[in-house]
Amino acid sequence: MQKIEAVNDFVIKFANINGSGSASANELVARAILRMGVPVSPRNIFPSNIQGLPTWFEVRVTEHGYLGRRGGVDMMIAMNPQTWDQDVREIEPGGYLFYDSSRPLPRSRSRDDIHVIGMPLTEICNSNYSDARQRQLFKNILYVGALAQLLDIDAREIEKLFGQQFKGKEKLLDSNIQALNVGREYAREHLKPIGLHVERRDKVGDHIFVDGNTAAALGCIYGGATVCAWYPITPSSSVAEAFVSYTQKLRADPETGKQRCAVVQTEDELASIGVVVGAGWNGARAFTATSGPGISLMSEFIGLAFFAEIPAVLINVQRGGPSTGMPTRTQQSDILACAYASHGDTRHVLLFPEDPFECFEMSAQALDLAERLQTPVFVMTDLDIGMNQRLCRPFAWDDSVEYDRGKVMTHDALDAGADFGRYLDVDGDGIPYRTYPGTHPTKGGYFTRGTTKNAYAGYSEAGPDYVYNMQRLLRKFETAKSLVPLPVLTAARFPARFAVIYYGSTSPAMHEALDALAGHGIYLNALRVRAFPFQNEIADFVASHSKVFVFEQNFDGQLTTLLINEAGVNPASLLTVVHYDGTPITARFITREITDRVAHLNVHPLKENRVA
Amino acid sequence: MTYLAKPRLHHPTLAKNRVGYTRRDYEGKISTLCAGCGHDSISAAIIQACWELDIEPHRVAKLSGIGCSSKTPDYFLGNSHGFNTVHGRMPSVLTGANLANRELIYLGVSGDGDSASIGLGQFAHVLRRGVNMTYIVENNGVYGLTKGQFSATADKGSKSKRGRANTDAPIDLASLALVMGATFVGRSFSGDKAQLVPLIRAAIAHPGAAVIDVVSPCIAFNNHSGSTKSYDYVREHNEAVNRLDFFPQREEITAEYGEGEVTDVRQHDGSVIRLRKLHADYDPTSRVSAMAYIQEHAARGEVVTGLLYVDNEAADLHKQLNTIDRALNTLGAAELCPGAAALEKINASLR
Repeated sequence: MQKIEAVNDFVIKFANINGSGSASANELVARAILRMGVPVSPRNIFPSNIQGLPTWFEVRVTEHGYLGRRGGVDMMIAMNPQTWDQDVREIEPGGYLFYDSSRPLPRSRSRDDIHVIGMPLTEICNSNYSDARQRQLFKNILYVGALAQLLDIDAREIEKLFGQQFKGKEKLLDSNIQALNVGREYAREHLKPIGLHVERRDKVGDHIFVDGNTAAALGCIYGGATVCAWYPITPSSSVAEAFVSYTQKLRADPETGKQRCAVVQTEDELASIGVVVGAGWNGARAFTATSGPGISLMSEFIGLAFFAEIPAVLINVQRGGPSTGMPTRTQQSDILACAYASHGDTRHVLLFPEDPFECFEMSAQALDLAERLQTPVFVMTDLDIGMNQRLCRPFAWDDSVEYDRGKVMTHDALDAGADFGRYLDVDGDGIPYRTYPGTHPTKGGYFTRGTTKNAYAGYSEAGPDYVYNMQRLLRKFETAKSLVPLPVLTAARFPARFAVIYYGSTSPAMHEALDALAGHGIYLNALRVRAFPFQNEIADFVASHSKVFVFEQNFDGQLTTLLINEAGVNPASLLTVVHYDGTPITARFITREITDRVAHLNVHPLKENRVA
Repeated sequence: MTYLAKPRLHHPTLAKNRVGYTRRDYEGKISTLCAGCGHDSISAAIIQACWELDIEPHRVAKLSGIGCSSKTPDYFLGNSHGFNTVHGRMPSVLTGANLANRELIYLGVSGDGDSASIGLGQFAHVLRRGVNMTYIVENNGVYGLTKGQFSATADKGSKSKRGRANTDAPIDLASLALVMGATFVGRSFSGDKAQLVPLIRAAIAHPGAAVIDVVSPCIAFNNHSGSTKSYDYVREHNEAVNRLDFFPQREEITAEYGEGEVTDVRQHDGSVIRLRKLHADYDPTSRVSAMAYIQEHAARGEVVTGLLYVDNEAADLHKQLNTIDRALNTLGAAELCPGAAALEKINASLR
């Protein structure tokens, strides 16, 4: 039987039961490999449940630094009887199945083309521990020990990680190390060597290992957000929770210990966006974090903020849709809902981060953009980026950069006789001046409404006033094009007829697929869209290729629709490829789809141009 | 409504308050509501209260939802910033505004449709949080702008203009405010300026969530016989529990009263609410007895008005969140951004 042989390039999947303490054990394996200088990319695949349902943890070990999902599993750690059959099916031929052999495995439940590794985890635990919870937790550490032995993971790295985890709790530290060693010893004595190995490298460099939600929260702190209002919703809750936990120190006034920010967990999303709009109206930088259903609820306010021209930042950690959606699965399915959120003629600025580094950068940038443009700005992340730890560039900040607070008319400017029209386009860029409440005793006060107003914020239902306002908003949206991040081009090594457009969490899988395709002689130029409104570079890119594949993680091809509506591209040039089952898109999926389609596009039937 | 523009010139002998403003400086645009609308009387009471309190008009932020009542902030304090938000959601916008700058005075103006129907949730939660504000409900039991539908505060059995009786139980916003933890609850009547003005003054000075439910008859759709929110009905059934005088911190209390006639409630900021009791057994410092009293009288068809409850130890949301004393909207990068060196430490912790 063949045997998968690989060094620093394989996928291990752990099948566990939710609430069994497996998450931290599995993370230990990922972190230990990382500490050996070999990049890893772990992904949680978990149910909407706290205890008892199946959960998976997939660790991709990737010396090349391919951080997307590859597709396929080389080794399965099958710890959950509920999902046994499905887990066994998923293993690549020649791959490995590791299981708890305390009870015999019927031949019919296994496969002939995989290598089966049994270890009596329950038996070992039962003979060593009497406490039920210990039996459960140390079972996890036992298989970590066995894996360390089988894969050549440096046990000292695991011990160091234990040391950090159990600092000051020596008893726990010792018992964990002991369990680890029991697992290692057993594997050394009883288990046959396998073909998957980790070798020490220096490929991680100064990269950091962090989830996108934490990164977004830090971006909001660095970007100067002082008000956060939120309502718990998976997969976005940890944005606000990270904001709360980091601001305890980072925003404490050194003299009084009081907070330089305010966080409110509101009664619903209607209220959280209301708080953000109120704070933005009053000159504070404010944000909320939510997911698709929250966006639906916030839509009325989003329209008000658009027309009343109030800065607001919404971090949308997208999940499976539609309706209440698959709360623990990933998708990019709120693109259109956010681009046009609300009643009336509204359009919004969207940013598409590819990883935690950009979650940090774009969340901070969104706060600047929202105040510069006086409008809601959406950071369109998703569950795959938001809730998984990802290796990425270290966060960076330039201390010399000041916040862009936008056009705010001051007390002195009003005193000097400036003509203040709240909705007056004085600079030709469509962006008016605003005043904060309380600025001046007799000048600059105004009454904020939606659309029923003239350029001086007076009540008006007159058609020409409405038209003036809409035309100015259109100019403002044009101005936005020059402020939002440009798309990123990855040029093929050779001139290419075909191209791809992609965005957000598709990025790492796309980079890997492009390399694989180039290896097969298929060269494509690739453009990563990073923002809406779309710059002219995107239309030019599409125009210079005969076909452009648009890869999306939703059913409708939402970015494609937006490109056709808003970018001035030829719809016939675009070919949408969608992946929408709730799992992150894989490099293998992209490679296969492009290979098939390119083959099809290159075929010239004999009877072409002839009438049958 | 009137189409006559108000003259801009003020009479030179108009009295000025301590901060140099005449009463007319607190006015706003001309009301577009129906002539005789109770809401205009409330606007006049707000103008009077702010002038008397020597508040600089631009230090007040006026927020409202949607409806006739929510249009009124345009008709007073014309130099203040105002925000006509979305239906039923003013409380959350006010909360955000208050968090951004704790130094301004926040006035929330809403109606019974806006606060008791679509906005009941936000009305309840803003009180739970203790946002420092004065929340005035202009309560007429009817939807005016959409021409006469019952609202959630309409009494059961009250008749519409077309003679249909309301079959739903009413929501009593004053009782609800007490349950939800408001630290100042008053009820008044738009036709009783002598009661309403000091109530608004005391509410503005109150350092927590203050609610005043003001019954304010709708002249167009709910002022007929058979309505329990008409001028005549409210006058007949008004049961005032007290009369109050309000003394800001700096003012000396000079009036003399006989023993046992008055109760003084001293608030955090040093201001004093002096209550002249009209009902010997009414104690406005007890939340529980206030609730019982309101319910007992409501069962008899009486509308209890006056200062119903005040907590002189009230705290607000900023205190609970432990935010700094300065307005958050004045902080810049120097105070907010932890800087590159701190970020390097964070990076190190993530390796």
